[in-house]
Amino acid sequence: MTTGSTEKVNGAKALIKCLEKEGVDTLFGYPGGQIIPFYNELYDSDLRHILVRHEQAAAHAADGYARATGKTGVCVSTSGPGATNLVTGIATAYMDSVPIVALTGQVPRSLIGNDAFQEADITGITQPITKHNYLVQDPQEIPRIVKEAFHIASTGRPGPVLIDLPKDVQNIEIDLQYPDRVELRGYKPTYKGNTQQIKRAAEEIANSCRPIIYAGGGVISSNASAELVELAETIVAPVTTTLMGISCIPTEHPLYVGMLGMHGCKYANYAIQESDLIIAVGARFDDRVTGKLESFAPNARVIHIDVDPAEISKNVKVHIPIVGDAKQVLKSLIKYVQCCKSAEWIEKVNQWKKEYPLAYRKSQDTIMPQFVIEQISEACKDAIIVTEVGQHQMWAAQFFKYSKPRTFLTSGGLGTMGYGFPAAMGAKVGRPDKTVINIAGDGSFQMNSQELATVVQNDIPVVSVVLNNGYLGMVRQWQELFYDRRYSYTFIKGSVDFVKLAEAYGALGLRAEKPSEVRPAIEEAVKSGRPAVVEVIVECEANVYPMVPAGAAINEIIDLEEH
Amino acid sequence: MKHTLAVLVENKSGVLSRVASLFSRRGYNIDSLAVGVTEDPDISRITIVVHGDDHVLEQVTKQLNKLIDVIKVSDIGTDDAVERELALIKVSADVDTRAEIMQIANIFRARIVDVAPKSMTVEVTGDESKIQAIEKLLRQFGIKEMVRTGKIAMVRGPKKV
Repeated sequence: MTTGSTEKVNGAKALIKCLEKEGVDTLFGYPGGQIIPFYNELYDSDLRHILVRHEQAAAHAADGYARATGKTGVCVSTSGPGATNLVTGIATAYMDSVPIVALTGQVPRSLIGNDAFQEADITGITQPITKHNYLVQDPQEIPRIVKEAFHIASTGRPGPVLIDLPKDVQNIEIDLQYPDRVELRGYKPTYKGNTQQIKRAAEEIANSCRPIIYAGGGVISSNASAELVELAETIVAPVTTTLMGISCIPTEHPLYVGMLGMHGCKYANYAIQESDLIIAVGARFDDRVTGKLESFAPNARVIHIDVDPAEISKNVKVHIPIVGDAKQVLKSLIKYVQCCKSAEWIEKVNQWKKEYPLAYRKSQDTIMPQFVIEQISEACKDAIIVTEVGQHQMWAAQFFKYSKPRTFLTSGGLGTMGYGFPAAMGAKVGRPDKTVINIAGDGSFQMNSQELATVVQNDIPVVSVVLNNGYLGMVRQWQELFYDRRYSYTFIKGSVDFVKLAEAYGALGLRAEKPSEVRPAIEEAVKSGRPAVVEVIVECEANVYPMVPAGAAINEIIDLEEH
Repeated sequence: MKHTLAVLVENKSGVLSRVASLFSRRGYNIDSLAVGVTEDPDISRITIVVHGDDHVLEQVTKQLNKLIDVIKVSDIGTDDAVERELALIKVSADVDTRAEIMQIANIFRARIVDVAPKSMTVEVTGDESKIQAIEKLLRQFGIKEMVRTGKIAMVRGPKKV
């Protein structure tokens, strides 16, 4: 299964040639003892290598690059501690089904298992958090393994794949022939949905009076946004999205009812609870979405479209399962459907939308965090928004107006603090034409702020807006609501001067302390064309509302007025 | 309910650990697991006995199928299948009890594979209930050591998994 001529090269060079054949243009990585042969060959290649300051950032950057571009991201590290530092980033990509390939150095084959210096069993460690992984035992297998790795990472339900490369394997000369096909008898994803099931789904839709489309990250990864919107408009059904599904339909689309779940819009949660038919597309009924499972959408039939059969009926009983790629299935489904009897329902949903809008207390004196997101939204239309994890993440999900897919990148499944900044860096490298804003909290930003060095050295003009409330805000919110305001170790005020921190690295540092200073600071940062940090001193005890307490039904909502 | 799964996998290093760790990390309980190569040297067959209701079984099957090295998963518990386990039982024995132990072994079509002044080792194959039965009978003599392979199973007749 190979084409073209054979050439003799060492393993490291073979690896680079294989990456080039896969269309890789950028790597995020950090060298070390057991990956030196690869770096030695990289020195002569045209591949762009971004030297991060911590391997965790390399994995997140590859992830951000992949989410922003739709291509597979690549990160590199050495063995042992280098490889284990990738773990959080790999787990993040696994939980959110992001295609990345991680290359790790390993001690020479003769030392494997001897507890050699900087040895770690990284294939063992990453087994539960990779779609698949390889320890290359035979250098001649490098081309086949690289081909398979990229195929596995990017097809079916995407995910991370790791290739562990012993140092001696990188040095041995092989006959390089790159295969043009992959033969994996245990891996044949289903893309085309079963026609009978699709027809049954169309019938269910025709009989439904209160349908709702529940869209997840799968819509974005399969590039099915246009089809999703077409389905919604054809059958006239409201659309709610998960956190991962945000940006798959424009925020201002009249049929969009916002995010659902724990911090979802009240009207989205009411709509899903009252619906008689849920059309789930590329979503997995996560506990942050469903709340208490027994009380979730009690009267709804469920159609579930997903490329991963294991997601179907995992959490919620599904009446019509359709295994397949979201784009392909939606395309076929659209052919069979027409407007359903939803007129009254749409009116009711719109009524809820008017009655329970997303809201916050406005203030002239202090800066409300939600106000900052609105200002970013107005100043940076069409920007790629990346977030860290916490309160700011939820406000970014609620108050920014998204218009195109792949413009909201966030760690949904694993909830990784420290994700946003390096992921924003990766997104900007992949989409240099776009403004990339990392919305951060003061806690999260400090988890990977060392990457300021990377963005400055490589001239990657990412803007981080740090909403500084002096707290680990989301935990503080839980402590306030459920732990009697005992703020156990969530107070972090004064930990660092973010403006000076940015300046110390050679980035632009700006601060806003009054509402009137927010917009100018954001605009100046974006206009500067430099890596920048905008520290915004926000109301310190602002909370994310609406909120469904963990374990409650999703229409049991704590709202602004009650607190 | 107990289910017997026949799992065909690539015969490569690390595959068994992928399969076994999938069970532990997803909270499924393995009752027994036996593995060996098949008539095709590139393919190994893992027989797994797992405890759980239909929902658990469906998830186990689907999650196993997601592993790249898993070629096929079949639930053969519902078919008419031949099920076997092998056990070696080392039992206390002396001149007075040796004959009786041999008699029991004969009845169960078991074999005596080792004899020593104070012990005998019995090799027995059969389904779970047969092995339990002989174990119960030998217990009166004192079982010094016992080892079981875990269940292997195959569908009767021309059908293949």
